[in-house]
Amino acid sequence: MKFLTEYRDPEVAKQYLEEIKKVVTRPWTIMEVCGGQTHSLVKNGILELLPEQINMVHGPGCPVCVTPLNLIDKAIYLAEEKNVILCSFGDMLRVPGSKRSLLEAKANGADIRILYSPLEAVKIARENPDREVVFFAVGFETTAPANALSVIHAHRFGLTNYSILASHVLVPPAIEAVMEDDESSIQGFLAAGHVCAIMGIMEYYPLVERFNVPVVVTGFEPIDLLQGILMTVRQLEKGEAKVENQYTRIVLEEGNMNAQDIIYTVFEVTDRLWRGMEIIPMSGYQVKSEYAAYDANQKYDIDIEEAPENEECIAGEIMKGIRKPIDCQHFGKKCKPENPIGAPMVSSEGACAAYYHFSGAIHKIEEQLS
Amino acid sequence: MCLAIPGKIISIEHQFDGLVRMAKVSFGGIIKEASLEMIPQAKIDDYVLVHVGVAISIVDEAEAKRTFQYLEEMGEVEDELNISDFLPDAKTYRT
Ligand code: SF4
Repeated sequence: MKFLTEYRDPEVAKQYLEEIKKVVTRPWTIMEVCGGQTHSLVKNGILELLPEQINMVHGPGCPVCVTPLNLIDKAIYLAEEKNVILCSFGDMLRVPGSKRSLLEAKANGADIRILYSPLEAVKIARENPDREVVFFAVGFETTAPANALSVIHAHRFGLTNYSILASHVLVPPAIEAVMEDDESSIQGFLAAGHVCAIMGIMEYYPLVERFNVPVVVTGFEPIDLLQGILMTVRQLEKGEAKVENQYTRIVLEEGNMNAQDIIYTVFEVTDRLWRGMEIIPMSGYQVKSEYAAYDANQKYDIDIEEAPENEECIAGEIMKGIRKPIDCQHFGKKCKPENPIGAPMVSSEGACAAYYHFSGAIHKIEEQLS
Repeated sequence: MCLAIPGKIISIEHQFDGLVRMAKVSFGGIIKEASLEMIPQAKIDDYVLVHVGVAISIVDEAEAKRTFQYLEEMGEVEDELNISDFLPDAKTYRT
Protein backbone atom coordinates (compact mmCIF):
# COMPACT_ATOMS: atom_id res chain seq x y z
CA MET A 1 0.00 0.00 0.00
CA LYS A 2 1.32 3.37 -1.01
CA PHE A 3 0.57 4.87 2.34
CA LEU A 4 2.87 2.90 4.57
CA THR A 5 5.78 2.73 2.19
CA GLU A 6 5.84 6.23 0.79
CA TYR A 7 4.54 8.57 3.38
CA ARG A 8 7.44 9.88 5.36
CA ASP A 9 6.01 9.34 8.75
CA PRO A 10 4.23 6.02 8.85
CA GLU A 11 4.83 5.86 12.59
CA VAL A 12 2.59 8.85 13.26
CA ALA A 13 -0.05 7.41 10.96
CA LYS A 14 0.09 4.12 12.82
CA GLN A 15 -0.38 5.88 16.13
CA TYR A 16 -3.51 7.59 14.85
CA LEU A 17 -4.85 4.35 13.47
CA GLU A 18 -4.23 2.61 16.80
CA GLU A 19 -5.93 5.44 18.63
CA ILE A 20 -8.95 5.29 16.31
CA LYS A 21 -9.16 1.52 16.91
CA LYS A 22 -9.01 2.10 20.65
CA VAL A 23 -11.74 4.73 20.69
CA VAL A 24 -14.24 3.12 18.35
CA THR A 25 -16.78 0.76 19.92
CA ARG A 26 -19.62 0.86 17.40
CA PRO A 27 -20.16 1.31 13.67
CA TRP A 28 -20.17 4.90 12.44
CA THR A 29 -20.81 6.40 9.03
CA ILE A 30 -18.77 9.52 8.29
CA MET A 31 -18.82 11.59 5.12
CA GLU A 32 -15.82 13.47 3.80
CA VAL A 33 -17.44 16.26 1.84
CA CYS A 34 -14.53 17.24 -0.34
CA GLY A 35 -13.42 15.36 -3.44
CA GLY A 36 -9.79 16.21 -2.73
CA GLN A 37 -10.15 14.34 0.55
CA THR A 38 -11.82 11.38 -1.19
CA HIS A 39 -8.88 11.29 -3.58
CA SER A 40 -6.36 11.35 -0.72
CA LEU A 41 -8.23 8.74 1.38
CA VAL A 42 -8.39 6.29 -1.51
CA LYS A 43 -4.97 6.99 -3.00
CA ASN A 44 -3.22 6.62 0.35
CA GLY A 45 -5.05 3.42 1.14
CA ILE A 46 -6.55 4.85 4.32
CA LEU A 47 -9.99 3.33 3.74
CA GLU A 48 -8.50 -0.15 4.02
CA LEU A 49 -6.51 0.69 7.11
CA LEU A 50 -9.42 2.05 9.12
CA PRO A 51 -11.21 -0.30 11.50
CA GLU A 52 -14.20 -1.99 9.94
CA GLN A 53 -16.68 -0.12 12.11
CA ILE A 54 -15.84 3.11 10.33
CA ASN A 55 -17.67 3.51 7.06
CA MET A 56 -16.42 6.48 5.08
CA VAL A 57 -18.87 7.70 2.43
CA HIS A 58 -17.90 10.17 -0.23
CA GLY A 59 -19.59 13.51 -0.54
CA PRO A 60 -20.60 15.88 -3.33
CA GLY A 61 -17.49 18.09 -3.05
CA CYS A 62 -16.23 17.52 -6.57
CA PRO A 63 -16.97 20.66 -8.60
CA VAL A 64 -16.53 18.91 -11.90
CA CYS A 65 -18.98 16.18 -10.85
CA VAL A 66 -21.80 18.49 -9.82
CA THR A 67 -21.65 20.94 -12.74
CA PRO A 68 -24.95 20.41 -14.59
CA LEU A 69 -25.02 18.73 -17.96
CA ASN A 70 -26.81 21.76 -19.39
CA LEU A 71 -23.93 24.06 -18.49
CA ILE A 72 -21.44 21.82 -20.26
CA ASP A 73 -23.73 21.93 -23.30
CA LYS A 74 -23.82 25.72 -22.95
CA ALA A 75 -20.02 25.94 -22.82
CA ILE A 76 -19.76 23.80 -25.95
CA TYR A 77 -22.42 25.90 -27.66
CA LEU A 78 -20.49 29.10 -26.93
CA ALA A 79 -17.29 27.62 -28.32
CA GLU A 80 -18.90 26.12 -31.41
CA GLU A 81 -21.66 28.53 -32.32
CA LYS A 82 -20.56 31.87 -30.92
CA ASN A 83 -16.92 31.43 -31.88
CA VAL A 84 -15.65 32.39 -28.44
CA ILE A 85 -12.33 31.33 -26.96
CA LEU A 86 -13.69 29.02 -24.26
CA CYS A 87 -11.26 28.62 -21.37
CA SER A 88 -11.60 25.97 -18.71
CA PHE A 89 -9.81 24.04 -16.00
CA GLY A 90 -8.45 20.82 -17.52
CA ASP A 91 -10.65 18.59 -15.36
CA MET A 92 -13.82 19.75 -17.14
CA LEU A 93 -12.68 18.71 -20.60
CA ARG A 94 -13.57 15.04 -20.57
CA VAL A 95 -16.85 15.34 -18.71
CA PRO A 96 -19.63 14.11 -20.97
CA GLY A 97 -22.16 16.68 -22.15
CA SER A 98 -25.42 15.52 -23.70
CA LYS A 99 -23.85 15.06 -27.13
CA ARG A 100 -20.15 15.46 -26.62
CA SER A 101 -17.50 16.65 -24.20
CA LEU A 102 -15.48 19.86 -24.44
CA LEU A 103 -12.52 17.73 -25.48
CA GLU A 104 -14.46 16.34 -28.44
CA ALA A 105 -15.59 19.84 -29.38
CA LYS A 106 -11.95 20.93 -29.24
CA ALA A 107 -10.89 18.04 -31.48
CA ASN A 108 -13.59 19.21 -33.93
CA GLY A 109 -11.88 22.57 -34.12
CA ALA A 110 -13.55 24.71 -31.43
CA ASP A 111 -11.12 27.10 -29.73
CA ILE A 112 -11.11 25.58 -26.26
CA ARG A 113 -8.13 26.28 -24.04
CA ILE A 114 -7.06 24.62 -20.83
CA LEU A 115 -5.83 26.99 -18.17
CA TYR A 116 -4.45 26.75 -14.69
CA SER A 117 -6.05 29.99 -13.52
CA PRO A 118 -9.00 32.20 -14.54
CA LEU A 119 -6.60 35.16 -14.40
CA GLU A 120 -4.86 33.74 -17.46
CA ALA A 121 -8.15 33.93 -19.32
CA VAL A 122 -8.30 37.68 -18.63
CA LYS A 123 -4.85 38.03 -20.17
CA ILE A 124 -6.00 36.15 -23.23
CA ALA A 125 -8.96 38.55 -23.50
CA ARG A 126 -6.60 41.51 -23.21
CA GLU A 127 -4.33 40.17 -25.91
CA ASN A 128 -7.18 39.26 -28.26
CA PRO A 129 -9.39 42.36 -28.32
CA ASP A 130 -11.12 41.16 -31.49
CA ARG A 131 -12.18 37.86 -29.90
CA GLU A 132 -14.67 37.04 -27.14
CA VAL A 133 -13.26 35.06 -24.23
CA VAL A 134 -15.39 33.03 -21.79
CA PHE A 135 -14.04 31.28 -18.70
CA PHE A 136 -15.98 28.22 -17.52
CA ALA A 137 -16.03 29.18 -13.85
CA VAL A 138 -16.80 26.03 -11.87
CA GLY A 139 -15.89 25.36 -8.28
CA PHE A 140 -16.71 25.53 -4.60
CA GLU A 141 -15.99 28.37 -2.19
CA THR A 142 -12.23 27.78 -2.57
CA THR A 143 -12.28 28.68 -6.25
CA ALA A 144 -14.95 31.40 -6.12
CA PRO A 145 -12.56 34.21 -5.11
CA ALA A 146 -10.24 33.46 -8.06
CA ASN A 147 -13.14 33.40 -10.50
CA ALA A 148 -14.59 36.60 -9.01
CA LEU A 149 -11.17 38.22 -9.16
CA SER A 150 -10.97 37.50 -12.89
CA VAL A 151 -14.14 39.58 -13.32
CA ILE A 152 -12.70 42.36 -11.16
CA HIS A 153 -9.50 42.34 -13.22
CA ALA A 154 -11.44 42.47 -16.48
CA HIS A 155 -13.45 45.37 -15.09
CA ARG A 156 -10.33 47.25 -13.97
CA PHE A 157 -8.79 46.79 -17.40
CA GLY A 158 -11.97 48.02 -19.05
CA LEU A 159 -12.33 44.83 -21.07
CA THR A 160 -15.61 44.23 -22.85
CA ASN A 161 -14.70 40.86 -24.38
CA TYR A 162 -14.42 38.81 -21.18
CA SER A 163 -17.14 36.94 -19.31
CA ILE A 164 -17.58 33.87 -17.11
CA LEU A 165 -20.00 30.97 -17.34
CA ALA A 166 -20.47 30.53 -13.61
CA SER A 167 -21.37 27.25 -11.97
CA HIS A 168 -20.50 27.90 -8.36
CA VAL A 169 -21.66 25.65 -5.57
CA LEU A 170 -21.47 25.87 -1.78
CA VAL A 171 -20.69 23.27 0.86
CA PRO A 172 -23.07 24.04 3.77
CA PRO A 173 -26.30 23.77 1.71
CA ALA A 174 -24.98 20.52 0.25
CA ILE A 175 -24.52 19.12 3.77
CA GLU A 176 -28.12 20.11 4.48
CA ALA A 177 -29.37 18.41 1.32
CA VAL A 178 -27.45 15.27 2.12
CA MET A 179 -28.82 15.17 5.69
CA GLU A 180 -32.37 15.83 4.58
CA ASP A 181 -32.37 12.82 2.27
CA ASP A 182 -34.45 10.04 3.86
CA GLU A 183 -31.92 7.40 2.92
CA SER A 184 -29.05 9.22 4.56
CA SER A 185 -27.28 7.41 7.37
CA ILE A 186 -24.46 9.90 7.87
CA GLN A 187 -23.47 10.55 11.48
CA GLY A 188 -20.52 12.91 11.10
CA PHE A 189 -18.77 15.10 8.57
CA LEU A 190 -15.24 16.01 7.67
CA ALA A 191 -15.59 19.54 6.27
CA ALA A 192 -13.29 20.69 3.47
CA GLY A 193 -10.18 22.47 4.73
CA HIS A 194 -9.60 24.83 1.86
CA VAL A 195 -13.25 25.83 1.58
CA CYS A 196 -13.03 26.87 5.23
CA ALA A 197 -9.71 28.65 4.64
CA ILE A 198 -11.80 31.07 2.58
CA MET A 199 -15.18 31.05 4.36
CA GLY A 200 -14.19 30.30 7.94
CA ILE A 201 -16.16 27.92 10.09
CA MET A 202 -19.13 29.93 11.41
CA GLU A 203 -21.49 28.50 8.79
CA TYR A 204 -21.19 25.06 10.34
CA TYR A 205 -22.51 25.91 13.83
CA PRO A 206 -26.17 26.05 12.76
CA LEU A 207 -25.78 22.76 10.87
CA VAL A 208 -24.33 20.99 13.87
CA GLU A 209 -27.19 22.26 15.97
CA ARG A 210 -29.91 21.40 13.51
CA PHE A 211 -28.77 17.89 12.59
CA ASN A 212 -26.89 17.00 15.75
CA VAL A 213 -23.82 15.77 13.84
CA PRO A 214 -20.14 16.45 14.48
CA VAL A 215 -18.42 18.54 11.81
CA VAL A 216 -14.61 18.50 11.84
CA VAL A 217 -12.81 20.88 9.49
CA THR A 218 -10.03 18.73 8.07
CA GLY A 219 -6.99 19.01 5.79
CA PHE A 220 -5.93 16.77 2.93
CA GLU A 221 -2.85 14.90 3.92
CA PRO A 222 -3.07 11.39 5.36
CA ILE A 223 -2.24 12.52 8.87
CA ASP A 224 -4.83 15.33 8.65
CA LEU A 225 -7.49 12.89 7.55
CA LEU A 226 -6.66 10.36 10.25
CA GLN A 227 -6.71 13.10 12.87
CA GLY A 228 -10.02 14.45 11.52
CA ILE A 229 -11.55 10.98 11.61
CA LEU A 230 -10.27 10.44 15.16
CA MET A 231 -11.76 13.75 16.31
CA THR A 232 -15.09 12.85 14.71
CA VAL A 233 -15.16 9.37 16.22
CA ARG A 234 -14.30 10.74 19.66
CA GLN A 235 -17.27 13.08 19.47
CA LEU A 236 -19.57 10.34 18.22
CA GLU A 237 -18.52 7.91 20.94
CA LYS A 238 -19.16 10.57 23.59
CA GLY A 239 -22.50 11.48 22.06
CA GLU A 240 -21.30 15.00 21.24
CA ALA A 241 -21.94 17.13 18.18
CA LYS A 242 -19.60 20.09 17.82
CA VAL A 243 -17.72 22.02 15.19
CA GLU A 244 -14.01 21.31 15.57
CA ASN A 245 -11.07 22.49 13.53
CA GLN A 246 -8.33 19.98 12.79
CA TYR A 247 -6.75 22.24 10.14
CA THR A 248 -5.91 25.18 12.41
CA ARG A 249 -2.60 25.79 10.64
CA ILE A 250 -4.56 27.03 7.61
CA VAL A 251 -8.15 27.68 8.71
CA LEU A 252 -9.08 30.68 10.84
CA GLU A 253 -12.46 30.94 12.54
CA GLU A 254 -13.38 33.91 10.31
CA GLY A 255 -11.71 32.59 7.14
CA ASN A 256 -10.05 34.98 4.70
CA MET A 257 -12.06 38.22 4.81
CA ASN A 258 -10.38 39.71 1.75
CA ALA A 259 -11.39 36.67 -0.25
CA GLN A 260 -14.96 36.88 1.06
CA ASP A 261 -15.11 40.57 0.09
CA ILE A 262 -14.05 39.71 -3.43
CA ILE A 263 -16.64 36.94 -3.67
CA TYR A 264 -19.48 39.21 -2.49
CA THR A 265 -18.39 42.03 -4.76
CA VAL A 266 -19.09 39.90 -7.81
CA PHE A 267 -21.41 37.10 -6.72
CA GLU A 268 -24.70 36.68 -4.90
CA VAL A 269 -26.20 33.50 -3.51
CA THR A 270 -28.73 31.67 -5.68
CA ASP A 271 -30.46 28.29 -6.07
CA ARG A 272 -28.40 25.78 -8.03
CA LEU A 273 -28.98 22.51 -9.77
CA TRP A 274 -26.40 19.90 -8.78
CA ARG A 275 -25.70 17.31 -11.43
CA GLY A 276 -27.10 13.94 -10.40
CA MET A 277 -28.85 15.51 -7.40
CA GLU A 278 -31.46 18.24 -7.54
CA ILE A 279 -31.92 21.96 -7.23
CA ILE A 280 -30.63 22.85 -3.80
CA PRO A 281 -31.95 26.18 -2.49
CA MET A 282 -29.39 28.94 -1.99
CA SER A 283 -26.55 26.57 -2.80
CA GLY A 284 -24.49 28.50 -5.32
CA TYR A 285 -23.31 31.83 -6.63
CA GLN A 286 -24.42 33.79 -9.63
CA VAL A 287 -22.94 36.99 -11.04
CA LYS A 288 -24.59 40.11 -9.55
CA SER A 289 -26.50 42.44 -11.83
CA GLU A 290 -23.80 45.15 -11.48
CA TYR A 291 -21.44 42.79 -13.28
CA ALA A 292 -23.97 41.43 -15.78
CA ALA A 293 -21.69 42.44 -18.65
CA TYR A 294 -19.26 39.77 -17.42
CA ASP A 295 -21.87 37.03 -17.09
CA ALA A 296 -21.89 34.78 -20.16
CA ASN A 297 -25.38 33.61 -19.22
CA GLN A 298 -26.73 37.13 -19.60
CA LYS A 299 -24.40 38.30 -22.33
CA TYR A 300 -25.17 35.59 -24.87
CA ASP A 301 -28.41 34.34 -26.15
CA ILE A 302 -27.76 30.66 -25.48
CA ASP A 303 -30.35 28.72 -27.34
CA ILE A 304 -30.15 25.10 -26.24
CA GLU A 305 -32.57 22.64 -24.77
CA GLU A 306 -32.33 21.06 -21.36
CA ALA A 307 -31.08 17.52 -22.06
CA PRO A 308 -31.89 14.59 -19.78
CA GLU A 309 -29.19 13.04 -17.60
CA ASN A 310 -27.86 9.62 -18.41
CA GLU A 311 -30.02 7.47 -16.14
CA GLU A 312 -27.53 4.64 -15.95
CA CYS A 313 -25.24 6.71 -13.75
CA ILE A 314 -25.87 6.60 -10.00
CA ALA A 315 -23.52 9.49 -9.25
CA GLY A 316 -26.22 11.33 -7.27
CA GLU A 317 -26.61 8.47 -4.81
CA ILE A 318 -22.85 8.15 -4.51
CA MET A 319 -22.43 11.85 -3.77
CA LYS A 320 -25.13 11.67 -1.12
CA GLY A 321 -23.27 8.84 0.54
CA ILE A 322 -26.05 6.34 -0.06
CA ARG A 323 -23.99 4.11 -2.33
CA LYS A 324 -20.35 3.55 -3.26
CA PRO A 325 -18.76 3.50 -6.73
CA ILE A 326 -18.42 -0.28 -6.62
CA ASP A 327 -22.20 -0.53 -6.17
CA CYS A 328 -22.66 0.87 -9.68
CA GLN A 329 -23.19 -1.90 -12.22
CA HIS A 330 -21.19 0.01 -14.82
CA PHE A 331 -18.15 0.74 -12.68
CA GLY A 332 -15.02 -0.44 -14.46
CA LYS A 333 -17.09 -2.15 -17.14
CA LYS A 334 -19.07 0.18 -19.35
CA CYS A 335 -17.79 3.18 -17.41
CA LYS A 336 -14.05 3.82 -17.30
CA PRO A 337 -11.94 6.98 -17.19
CA GLU A 338 -11.24 6.72 -20.95
CA ASN A 339 -14.90 6.27 -21.64
CA PRO A 340 -16.88 7.75 -18.74
CA ILE A 341 -20.64 7.61 -18.40
CA GLY A 342 -20.72 10.04 -15.49
CA ALA A 343 -18.59 12.90 -14.26
CA PRO A 344 -17.26 11.17 -11.08
CA MET A 345 -15.34 8.80 -13.36
CA VAL A 346 -13.56 11.76 -14.97
CA SER A 347 -12.32 14.16 -12.36
CA SER A 348 -9.37 13.33 -10.16
CA GLU A 349 -11.66 14.39 -7.31
CA GLY A 350 -14.49 12.12 -8.39
CA ALA A 351 -15.11 9.08 -6.19
CA CYS A 352 -15.49 6.69 -9.14
CA ALA A 353 -12.17 7.72 -10.69
CA ALA A 354 -10.43 7.48 -7.31
CA TYR A 355 -11.76 3.94 -6.78
CA TYR A 356 -10.88 3.00 -10.35
CA HIS A 357 -7.28 4.17 -10.18
CA PHE A 358 -6.29 3.49 -6.62
CA SER A 359 -8.54 1.17 -4.67
CA GLY A 360 -7.76 -2.17 -6.25
CA ALA A 361 -11.50 -2.59 -6.87
CA ILE A 362 -10.84 -2.77 -10.56
CA HIS A 363 -8.73 -5.93 -10.25
CA LYS A 364 -11.68 -7.71 -8.68
CA ILE A 365 -13.90 -6.64 -11.56
CA GLU A 366 -11.35 -7.74 -14.14
CA GLU A 367 -11.13 -11.12 -12.42
CA GLN A 368 -14.91 -11.47 -12.61
CA LEU A 369 -14.87 -10.56 -16.27
CA SER A 370 -12.09 -12.92 -17.27
CA MET B 1 -8.68 21.15 -9.06
CA CYS B 2 -9.37 22.12 -5.44
CA LEU B 3 -5.79 21.55 -4.50
CA ALA B 4 -3.80 24.42 -3.05
CA ILE B 5 -0.04 24.18 -3.34
CA PRO B 6 2.48 25.96 -1.12
CA GLY B 7 5.24 27.96 -2.80
CA LYS B 8 7.72 30.73 -2.04
CA ILE B 9 7.27 34.31 -3.23
CA ILE B 10 10.36 35.29 -5.19
CA SER B 11 9.23 38.65 -6.53
CA ILE B 12 6.27 40.98 -6.34
CA GLU B 13 5.26 43.34 -9.08
CA HIS B 14 2.50 45.69 -10.04
CA GLN B 15 1.25 44.94 -13.49
CA PHE B 16 -0.97 46.76 -15.96
CA ASP B 17 -0.21 50.28 -14.80
CA GLY B 18 -0.39 49.28 -11.17
CA LEU B 19 -3.88 47.81 -11.47
CA VAL B 20 -2.87 44.35 -10.34
CA ARG B 21 -0.45 43.12 -7.71
CA MET B 22 1.06 39.79 -8.68
CA ALA B 23 3.82 37.63 -7.25
CA LYS B 24 6.11 35.17 -8.91
CA VAL B 25 5.93 32.05 -6.79
CA SER B 26 8.33 29.15 -6.94
CA PHE B 27 6.84 25.70 -6.47
CA GLY B 28 9.97 23.59 -6.07
CA GLY B 29 11.49 25.43 -9.02
CA ILE B 30 8.39 25.71 -11.20
CA ILE B 31 7.61 29.43 -11.38
CA LYS B 32 3.99 30.57 -11.67
CA GLU B 33 2.29 33.87 -11.17
CA ALA B 34 -0.13 34.30 -8.31
CA SER B 35 -2.37 37.18 -7.29
CA LEU B 36 -1.79 38.66 -3.83
CA GLU B 37 -5.21 40.29 -3.73
CA MET B 38 -6.48 38.00 -0.93
CA ILE B 39 -3.37 38.35 1.22
CA PRO B 40 -2.08 41.87 0.66
CA GLN B 41 0.29 41.57 3.62
CA ALA B 42 2.43 38.90 1.89
CA LYS B 43 6.10 39.79 1.27
CA ILE B 44 9.00 38.41 -0.71
CA ASP B 45 10.31 35.14 0.82
CA ASP B 46 6.94 34.38 2.44
CA TYR B 47 5.46 30.98 1.76
CA VAL B 48 1.92 31.07 0.45
CA LEU B 49 -0.75 28.52 -0.35
CA VAL B 50 -1.83 29.05 -3.96
CA HIS B 51 -5.05 27.85 -5.52
CA VAL B 52 -5.71 28.36 -9.26
CA GLY B 53 -3.40 31.35 -9.49
CA VAL B 54 -4.49 33.10 -6.31
CA ALA B 55 -2.62 33.02 -3.00
CA ILE B 56 -5.17 32.23 -0.27
CA SER B 57 -3.06 32.13 2.89
CA ILE B 58 0.43 32.52 4.27
CA VAL B 59 1.98 29.36 5.70
CA ASP B 60 5.13 28.87 7.71
CA GLU B 61 8.19 27.63 5.93
CA ALA B 62 8.48 24.22 7.57
CA GLU B 63 4.81 23.50 6.95
CA ALA B 64 5.08 24.67 3.33
CA LYS B 65 8.07 22.45 2.63
CA ARG B 66 6.53 19.43 4.27
CA THR B 67 3.25 19.81 2.38
CA PHE B 68 5.00 20.46 -0.91
CA GLN B 69 7.15 17.37 -0.52
CA TYR B 70 4.11 15.27 0.25
CA LEU B 71 2.19 16.57 -2.77
CA GLU B 72 5.19 16.06 -5.00
CA GLU B 73 5.71 12.49 -3.81
CA MET B 74 2.08 11.76 -4.52
CA GLY B 75 2.36 13.16 -8.04
CA GLU B 76 -0.20 15.89 -7.32
CA VAL B 77 1.98 18.90 -8.08
CA GLU B 78 2.62 17.85 -11.62
CA ASP B 79 -1.06 17.18 -12.25
CA GLU B 80 -1.97 20.62 -10.99
CA LEU B 81 0.80 22.77 -12.47
CA ASN B 82 1.63 21.08 -15.75
CA ILE B 83 -1.89 21.42 -16.87
CA SER B 84 -3.17 18.88 -19.29
CA ASP B 85 -0.05 18.33 -21.33
CA PHE B 86 -1.49 14.93 -22.06
CA LEU B 87 -4.37 16.35 -24.04
CA PRO B 88 -4.13 16.35 -27.82
CA ASP B 89 -2.68 19.62 -29.12
CA ALA B 90 -3.63 21.57 -26.02
CA LYS B 91 -3.25 25.24 -26.87
CA THR B 92 -2.08 25.99 -23.40
CA TYR B 93 -1.50 29.56 -22.59
CA ARG B 94 1.69 30.31 -20.74
CA THR B 95 3.20 33.57 -19.67
S1 SF4 C 1 -19.15 4.27 -12.28
FE1 SF4 C 1 -19.67 5.67 -13.97
S2 SF4 C 1 -21.84 5.30 -14.35
FE2 SF4 C 1 -21.38 4.46 -12.31
S3 SF4 C 1 -21.80 6.14 -10.90
FE3 SF4 C 1 -19.64 6.28 -11.40
S4 SF4 C 1 -19.57 7.72 -13.11
FE4 SF4 C 1 -21.72 7.06 -12.95
